[in-house]
Amino acid sequence: MNINNIITEIEKIDPEVYDRMDSRRTAMKGFAKLGAKLALTAVPLALGGLFKKSYGQATTSIVDVLNYALTLEYLESEFYTMGYAAAGLIPAGPAQGAIMTIRDHEVAHVAALKATIAALNGTAVDKPDFDFTAGGAFANVFTNYDTFLAVAQAFEDTGVRAYKGQAAKLISNNDVLTAALQIHSVEARHASHIRQMRQARNTGVTNKPWITGKDTGGIGAAVQPVYNGEEITTQANINIAGFSGISANAASEAFDEPLTMEAVLDIVTPFLA
Amino acid sequence: MKKKSAELLITPEKASIIEMPKAMHRRNFLVQLGFGASAAAFLAACKKDDDNNNKPDDAIDLGSGDPGILNYAYALEQLEAAFYTQVISSPFSGITASETALLTDIRDHEIAHREFFKTALGSAAIPALTPNFSSINFGDRSSVLGAAKTFEDLGVAAYNGAGKLIQSEDYLLLAGKIVSVEARHAAYIRDLISNGSFADNTAVDANGLDKALPPSEVLMAASGFLTSKIYGGNLPTA
Repeated sequence: MNINNIITEIEKIDPEVYDRMDSRRTAMKGFAKLGAKLALTAVPLALGGLFKKSYGQATTSIVDVLNYALTLEYLESEFYTMGYAAAGLIPAGPAQGAIMTIRDHEVAHVAALKATIAALNGTAVDKPDFDFTAGGAFANVFTNYDTFLAVAQAFEDTGVRAYKGQAAKLISNNDVLTAALQIHSVEARHASHIRQMRQARNTGVTNKPWITGKDTGGIGAAVQPVYNGEEITTQANINIAGFSGISANAASEAFDEPLTMEAVLDIVTPFLA
Repeated sequence: MKKKSAELLITPEKASIIEMPKAMHRRNFLVQLGFGASAAAFLAACKKDDDNNNKPDDAIDLGSGDPGILNYAYALEQLEAAFYTQVISSPFSGITASETALLTDIRDHEIAHREFFKTALGSAAIPALTPNFSSINFGDRSSVLGAAKTFEDLGVAAYNGAGKLIQSEDYLLLAGKIVSVEARHAAYIRDLISNGSFADNTAVDANGLDKALPPSEVLMAASGFLTSKIYGGNLPTA
């Protein structure tokens, strides 16, 4: 990965990236400075910081949110399309049926989001190139069923949190908000099923259809950012775990938590080729 | 009022994403929910109510604005919590250890939701509702799971449909935090009934969208499980 490639990738995801920053020149200068100071492995982190500055504004438009959602759906649809097509990866029978169902939904989400962006006179971002091994962290993602399911779970749980985090930005447009909610709950259905598929593998790790605390369900540190923040047990200043008979685990499970756009981009960046 | 600029509005003809399932006529919906033959009777009863803007004397008024929507959610969570409480206290025959554990989890989630809304609403909260589960055979696995599926799918569709009626961004986020958990429940229950049905075409349409229903239809469906009468005529409609 080099700085120029990163710039090109961001430009693919967000054609207006330079408008968000001062100009390409300033952006390049910023990157050059970073590059000089940081080892390449630290670049994704620095990139996250840059995204934070550029996207952390309150003025994100509806089309921006839809393009962000589209990028996540590109990721999921390509992931399931490749996984389903990988010979010998997914056991025949119910597992293949489930992955096909999920793949079809993600493909439909891509089409629906593109159509909506077009209807709003926006420009849909192009699909980025993906590296589903995340630079080698999941090297056998398309040859090992358990790795595939682990990455699938991380993507679905991230998707649920990502949509949730954008709902407020869509509040001015009832139709788009409703459609986003209708996608959001489908991602949660997927997450529930993928988690059950992992549980059925009998790996000795308990993995429920819902998220307990900030537990990764045995996937480990590589996906911890997907779950950080899920452990809270207070909602709107009300202590959920304080209700009679409600454990801290149940209190955390009962509410899924949102993720900011920058937190999601930090999670997704390693999967960009 | 929410701001809504005309040029941002997408029309169903232009964008498939916002197309509500046109096939979701009331009758089909009720049939899907398992009301079957009684659907027509329900429709007749509800039609009468639609024409009458006055709250029946013995009905509980959910109220208006955001508190009304919170009471609407509170009512549904009361129903779900009462249902799963009974499921756990009188388990169906042949229940497995795993099912007991996860259905207990769901019961606790629904109680957490119910108590959350009750506390958040404070003095604006509607009273405790009296459920009517006479149509459910709690000793029978398929009867219980069938009802659970109805409640969970209905809950998801209710929250999805209520999102646009909420004015406060904070409440919208809270509804979002809950609806995805209801969707996780729905998928689990559906898979218990038939593995792989977590998001089949009775739940999710060809555009990959879950259902979204207005309070009027949700309340009508819920009324079959309630002795208490609920009035939603003052809820926001857009």
